[in-house]
Amino acid sequence: MSVEKTFFGRRPPEVRDAKFPGKLIVIEGADGSGRSTQISQLTHWLEANGFAVRHMGLRRSHLVSEELEDAKQGNVLTHTTLSLFYATDFFDQLVHDLIPALRAGFIVLADRYVYTLMARDLVRGADCDWTRNLYSPAIVPDAVFYFKVGARPLIERNFQKNSTLDYWESGMDLGLSRDMFDSFVRYQRMLQTEFQRMHQEYDFQVLNGNLRIENLQRQLRTKIGAMLGIGAEEAAAISRPESAD
Amino acid sequence: MSAGILNVEILVTPAHNYSGKLIAVEGLDGSGKSTQIYLVKRWLELEGYRVFFTEWNSSVLVKKSTTKGKKRQLLTPTTFSLIHCTDFADRYDRQILPLLRAGYIVLCDRYIFTALARDAVRGVDREWVERLYSFAVLPDITMFFRVPLETSLQRILEGRPQLKYHEAGLDMGWSTDPYESFRIFQGKILAQYEAMIGPFDFTVIDASKEIHIQQAEVRALIAQRIDLPAFRRRPE
Repeated sequence: MSVEKTFFGRRPPEVRDAKFPGKLIVIEGADGSGRSTQISQLTHWLEANGFAVRHMGLRRSHLVSEELEDAKQGNVLTHTTLSLFYATDFFDQLVHDLIPALRAGFIVLADRYVYTLMARDLVRGADCDWTRNLYSPAIVPDAVFYFKVGARPLIERNFQKNSTLDYWESGMDLGLSRDMFDSFVRYQRMLQTEFQRMHQEYDFQVLNGNLRIENLQRQLRTKIGAMLGIGAEEAAAISRPESAD
Repeated sequence: MSAGILNVEILVTPAHNYSGKLIAVEGLDGSGKSTQIYLVKRWLELEGYRVFFTEWNSSVLVKKSTTKGKKRQLLTPTTFSLIHCTDFADRYDRQILPLLRAGYIVLCDRYIFTALARDAVRGVDREWVERLYSFAVLPDITMFFRVPLETSLQRILEGRPQLKYHEAGLDMGWSTDPYESFRIFQGKILAQYEAMIGPFDFTVIDASKEIHIQQAEVRALIAQRIDLPAFRRRPE
């Protein structure tokens, strides 16, 4: 059944009608909050239940993703330019990937969405109205799950994954501290504050990202199962964790 | 709000914390505005004023993406709008605003009005675009070079047998014939410019007059509106 999707603001001119059978499910959370593990398990489960899945994320457009990567390496863009660059990347994916997938009835799992982009801009001092306007032609998701993880566990997980902290994920461009560890903690707290502000307004479902992988997955399946009409038992049945960490 | 009507109130002009002056020229392709602003630049340089010239769509950083997008026809109205705004923001933050703060006369061959006109014609929500560009200050002088549509078409098409895809507006599907499409596109842009004259305080220059006659008019306007001696270069 196709349902008319809503947009944060006005529908972009590329979308003539917005009645799509697909669903957009967004997973938000910091790096190391377990988004990709959960998304990969959800994908297995959805496909097992006969739903076709597509993925989207940040910096994956054909148009500007390479250039964005270059720009990030060089750290030469101002905040406004970087915001606009990210928005270009986002809307390129929205028009070329997201909309066609929703129209074709896919379940689109988005590994972060406009909320992360907005939170990053806002902690960098962007004007709130300007930022909202920038992303207003985006589709309102059918569900948004935000994984909340404390700054300390995040650090541990980041070290487990990469053994270094990322310059941008540590907010080093903000000059909060010359100590990367200190900067990371402060930056992640600032982002959490922004997400806290957004969660009521945008109707996030906040999930405890400190939970064990299987428990968090079970919660997600129950909620998404209810949306899609997948039985509660099937949703709860997790055969075995896909990975051990 | 229809696409043609402007809502000027939402275009917030940021703090006027600079001593420079911003002069922009706008007009259709083939209106002769680039020639006129070039002559203004030469005049101000030769007179020894602090002057800087910048063109639309010229940021090195963003150019790669814009070129790629245009070549592969990847751009849609929203991303077309955003990539041009990105390009502009890069030039604005790193060039235009710092030069204004440093007390330069900054000459812009096309400014945000080009984007407002083109994006509106491509069906992008007007209010959205105006807010997008709201970080930019409005020029001290905006000259609109008005020329009849047929004249501008003739000037452009004479020198160029092949029209580029986006330039001709072929992405809009108004016509499959590039020339017909270009004609329709330019006509719509012209209507957008005409609607901006009052709200954005454009000074209209009759671009069908001879070049030197127009230039005399332009120079007189600048000399009258800007205290030029204040911009004289200090002796080295």
